[in-house]
Parts: sequence; structure tokens; C-alpha cells
Amino acid sequence: MAYALQQLINGVALGMIYGLIAVGYTMVYGIIGMINFAHGDIFMVGAFVSLISFVLLSSGGWAAGPGAVLLVLLVSMAITALYGWSVERIAYRPLRGSFRLAPLISAIGMSIVLQNFVQVSQGARAKPIEPIITGSVELWHGNGFAVSVSTMQVVIVVVTLAVMAVFTWLVTRTRLGRAMRACEQDRKMAGLLGIDTDRTISITFVIGAALAAVAGTLYLLRYGLADFFMGFIVGVKAFTAAVLGGIGSLPGALLGGLLIGLIETMWSAYAGQDMFLLRELNPAYKDVAAFGILIATLIFLPSGLLGRAEVEKV
Amino acid sequence: MSGASRLPEGPHVGGVPHNDDGVPEPGEMGGIPRGPEAAPPRPPVAHALRDAGISALVALGLFVPLVGLRTDVGPGGGGLILRTRWADVAILVAIVFAGRLAMNLWSAYRPAKKPRTVLRTAQIARIGTFVAPLFLGFAVLMPLLPWTTRYGLDLGVLVLTYVMLGWGLNIVVGLAGLLDLGYVAFYAVGAYTYALLSTTYGLSFWVCLPLAGIFAAFAGVLLGFPVLRLRGDYLAIVTLAFGEIIRVVLLNWVSLTGGPNGISGIPRPSFFGLSFSAGGGPGTFSDFFGLEPSPTHRAVFLYYLILVLALLTNWVTIRLRRQPLGRAWEALREDEIACRALGINVTNTKLTAFAIGAMFGGFAGAFFATRQAFVSPESFTFIESAIILAIVVLGGLGSQLGVAIAALVLIGGFEAFRDLEEYRMLVFGAAMVVIMVWRPRGLVSTRRPSVALGERRAISGDLVGEGHG
Repeated sequence: MAYALQQLINGVALGMIYGLIAVGYTMVYGIIGMINFAHGDIFMVGAFVSLISFVLLSSGGWAAGPGAVLLVLLVSMAITALYGWSVERIAYRPLRGSFRLAPLISAIGMSIVLQNFVQVSQGARAKPIEPIITGSVELWHGNGFAVSVSTMQVVIVVVTLAVMAVFTWLVTRTRLGRAMRACEQDRKMAGLLGIDTDRTISITFVIGAALAAVAGTLYLLRYGLADFFMGFIVGVKAFTAAVLGGIGSLPGALLGGLLIGLIETMWSAYAGQDMFLLRELNPAYKDVAAFGILIATLIFLPSGLLGRAEVEKV
Repeated sequence: MSGASRLPEGPHVGGVPHNDDGVPEPGEMGGIPRGPEAAPPRPPVAHALRDAGISALVALGLFVPLVGLRTDVGPGGGGLILRTRWADVAILVAIVFAGRLAMNLWSAYRPAKKPRTVLRTAQIARIGTFVAPLFLGFAVLMPLLPWTTRYGLDLGVLVLTYVMLGWGLNIVVGLAGLLDLGYVAFYAVGAYTYALLSTTYGLSFWVCLPLAGIFAAFAGVLLGFPVLRLRGDYLAIVTLAFGEIIRVVLLNWVSLTGGPNGISGIPRPSFFGLSFSAGGGPGTFSDFFGLEPSPTHRAVFLYYLILVLALLTNWVTIRLRRQPLGRAWEALREDEIACRALGINVTNTKLTAFAIGAMFGGFAGAFFATRQAFVSPESFTFIESAIILAIVVLGGLGSQLGVAIAALVLIGGFEAFRDLEEYRMLVFGAAMVVIMVWRPRGLVSTRRPSVALGERRAISGDLVGEGHG
């Protein structure tokens, strides 16, 4: 029981990170109907910018307090947002209105470019950083197993919820959010009504990239490691989360992220343990579990948990 | 403006010059398109300079952290140390500025483009009919040419492997319109089928080749069943997941596949029972034909083997296109609902497309295994799928010639830049983006209908609904 509770806490923390990235996928898919394949790599860039900023700060002798973390977070958001904007400007905007596969291919190309750009500029080795946010709180002690929440996990949950709250306010209450929702419903009509659709789409990419930067920073702080290939698998899982929650739905993205994070953590924790059928399972297959869920969702629940069913008109 | 207002590009009968190079014209950048009779725009040079300046600023923001500040793991594995490279940043920003400026000036001052007429389209089509036999002739004669080196031969084998994979995937994506991002899974199934059957049961390559195709086709049906209802990007992501599942299973099922170590010592193919051996000896190819033993023989044999396999793929595709099944694929690509209404069995049509496409992937996989004599999960990553799909899309979906040219350009170019080492993949990805932006419909952007009433005329690729399924 204590063990399960501990895994639940770990899963929620991981799921929050997936949720933040999933929002980026779901927004872009909602507004221009394409999978932004490079989004996972935008997340990776965010982690790297944070890493570099942390090293820069610590070499400047700044204490690694909450102020430094906040500063790094903001720098990372700004630079990564610039990356998101440039990717859209270079690879997607010229292809708007072209046939559907073209942006997908250029997105894959952009993903390769970002990965290899970081590999060339920062080296192929994984970069470790020392833990910055340390400490933990013991919640419960039972059966010789202590359930604890680390400060980092609390930070992840708090930051994610805060960022999501701001973001939800932005989408539902502001003029910009209204423009975004209008573009999502009908881009041509929104354009006719005087909304600058190109600008709105650019801003969508900027916001998505900023959220991915938050996720990247949190991931770096939690796992203490960044490498140029980390975006691919995290990206696919976050996309799975977006699909699971219902693509186009923002609360769905967070919900899907939480579910994927929990399933992955539980699989690693319980597969192969000496209980019922579990001993048949292999913890190495945790990614297979995530992908299996993706396939199952798409087959049995194509519109996701909180999404709207798509009606095809002839 | 967004392409909502952009008409499909048909064979223009004179008239409007069409800007299809993807570079937004000055008026396209803002929200409202600037009409030709609007107030005179800013002087182009000033505008170009301003725009290039903005681009350089953005580039500065992009490159300062990631290029300017390089982190390295310090000595003794301790904390990270920082190294600055401001000169590199300055060079990159200068390149961006100059490039953007040149691009702006070019689009402002370039001569008006000649409109594409029916006559010109016909001319291009006529040239196209000569290109294909020319390529074929060159491919057949290549190993016999005196100046072909061993390296050239190996490169030829590599390019032809990708040509075959491209043609195989073309059946699924180009003809049936089913977007498949996990094609490498079938390649892997074929390779592991041959590797396991030959090392475990000692079966020969020629027995295993059809078996590899059959197993891969089964894998194709296995993938096809659950995804029957999915379309477009959803299908892409599920096929991607399928490819990754196969790879993870290959990586972790150590008792069968050897895990990350792979399977080595896979037998090489023989020529009607005559083996190839550099040392010669009784019962070998060189002994039977009374030739000087040479390692080139096997290379030449492998070259012709993959050439025949690739041509088989091409031939089957061309034949199938004219048959009811092929027409059903193309109809499915254009409109699934109409297909259903016309009584086409959509399930069978999709499954056969997956199965036949996968079968050729399996053949190519078996060839890969016998050529390398070694397989490991490392060869079957997502990036391979992406490269194969890129070949198909860059070549022009559904165009057999285009796929071959794209494979030559991408894979040949990739090998030609071998000296660039780690920059190679960067250039490769950038090339994918640039080609796509420059020609979204691929290198060969005209299509000929498989069936037509009366005269068969080439049409623009924009009129074909590819990749919607």
C-alpha cells in the first residue's frame, strides 16, 4: 500500500511534465491540424537552454535559490519560444494550405535538424547537473516503507498547475484566446472576420514552446540529465497523452499526461514482481505499454476521454 | 496568405504566373495581401535590409545560448564547465543576415517567371519518358563500366535498397493513401526472419526470401487490422508506435533476438548453389566459371540481386495499378466514403495495401540481412522510417520515377557528404525541409491517371488527394 502510494506520487509528477508537453501538441493540432513532430525536440531545446543557464549562473557564483530557478525558467521559456516561432516560420508557414503530408515531412526534417544541431553544438554526451532542489517530506511511515514527497515533486506539481492556470485564463478569457479558438473552429472564416490568422498561429507555437520549456526545465531538475535525443520518446508519449485526453482539449491533455505518467510508473514498479500475472511482464516494456495504450485509445475511443467526436460531412 | 485562397495548380493555360516556390512574397507576410494596385511598397532594398536585420536578431537569440555557450563534462566527471564561442555565433548570424538579404533581393528583382503552359508540361512529360529508360540502362550497366569502383558498387547497392523500400512504401502511401510511419518494422521483420531461419535451421537465402516476405505481410495485416478505422495523422502516429513496439521487442527479447547484440554470422547468398569466396576453391562461383577469385563478384551479385528485387517491386506496382485492386487503392486514396458507396470492400483493400507494401519491405529486409551478415535493432530505428517516407514524399507520391530520383539524391547525397561527419545528419534534415518548402508536391509533381476515358493527360499533383487515408 505504501509502495503504491509512493508510485502514485512519482507518477503524478511525471505525468504533469507529459501534460505540459501534450498541451503544445494538442493546441497546434487543434489550430492547424498537423502533428508538430518537432515539438518533442523543442522540449529538448528547453531542457538544454535551462542546463546552460544553470551552468552559467553557477559559474557566475549565484546561489541556486528559488530566484535563480525562476530566472532560468524565464530565460528558457523566452529562448525556446523563439525556437518554436522560428520553426513555424521556416518549416510550416510556407507550406500552409499545401497538401497534408508536406508539413509532416518538413516537421520530421525540422526534428532531425534540431536534434543534430544540439548534438553538434553541445556534444553527444548526456550532460548531468547537480541536484538544485533537494530535500523531501516524509508523509507516512508504514510496514517499513516510508512514503515521501520530494520538494522537487512538489515544485513540479505547483509550477505545472500555476502555468496551466495562467494558460487556461489566456485561452478562455483574453482576446488572443478568443482569436485562437476562432482559428481552431474555422480558419478561413476567422480570417474573413479580421483575425490575423498567421499571427495567431505563430503565437500558438510560441506558447506551446514556452510550455515545453517549462516541462524541459522541470524534467532537467527532476532527472538531472539532458541529452540531444531525449525529445523523441518523451514527445511520442506526450502525443499519446494528447490523444488519450482527446486532441484539441486542454484539460484532456493534462489528464492524458497524468494517466500516461501513472501507467508508465506503475508498469516500471510492478512489472516482473512476484504477484499473479505480473511476473510475466517485463519492466523494459514500459514504452510498449504507453504505445499499446495509444493504439487501444485510437481504436476504441478515437475522440479521447474529453474530446469531441469528429463528424465527417460528405 | 494561408493557402485557403490558393487554387489548386492545374496545367495553366498561359495567364497567371504562379509562385509555387513557397517563399512568401512581401505581401504574403502580413495579414492582408497587398494587391498589385495598392500603394507602392517600401523600396525593396530598405525592406530587404530591415527584414534581414530582424532575421539576424532572431538568429542571435537562437544561437547565443546553444552555440555560444558550450557545456562540457569537466575533468574527473565533475560538474559541467562552460566554454564560450562567440566567433561561431557571429559567423552564423552573419550567414543568416546575408542569406536572408539575398533571398529578399532575389524575390524582389527576379525576372517574371514564365507561366507554365500545357505545351511546357507536355515537353517535360516527354523528357520524362526518356529519363526512366536512361536510368534503367545506367543501373543495369553500372557494374560493368570500367570506372566503377568497389565503393561505387556498394553505394549503388545502398541506393537501390532505398529505392526498393521507397517503391514498397509507395504502394501504401502513394497508391492507397495510408500514411505509414512505421514501415521500418516490416524491414526489420524481414531481416530477422532471414537471420533467425538461416542461423537456427540453416535454410538458404532463396528459401528464406519468400518466407521473409510472407512473415512481413502477416505483420502488415497485423498492423492493418486495428488501424482500419483510423485516418491521416492518427494513422501515422499509430504506425510509428507499431514500429517502435517492434524495435523495443527486438531489443528486449534477448533469448530469441540476441537483444542489443543482434544476430551475427548470417550466411551470405549463393548463386545457384555456388558460394562466393574471396579465396576461391572447389564449388565456388569463381571456380565454376574459371574466373580469378575476387571479392568483387559477390558485390556485383548483390548489386544485381537488389536491382532485380527493386525492379520486381516496380513491375508489380505498375501491373497492380491497372488491375481492379490497384484502382480500388487509388479510389480509396481519393475518397473513402465514395468507395464504400460504390461497393468496394474497404477492409480488404486497405489490408492488401498494407500486406503487399509490407511484403516488399520484408524482401528488402532479407536482402539487408544477407548483405550485412549482421542485424541488430539499431538498424531499425524511427529515423529509417522517416527517411523512407521522405524519399516517397520528396519524390512525389505515387510517382515511381520520382521515388527513384529522390532515393538517389537523398541517399547518394548523404553518402557524398561523408566527410562532414556529424554535420551530415544536420544537412540531411535541412535538405528535407528545403525540398519540401521548395516543392511541396515532390520532385516529380505531375501524375498520369491510371485509368482515363480517352486520352491520358498528365495532371498536377495538387489535383490528386494523396495521403488523406
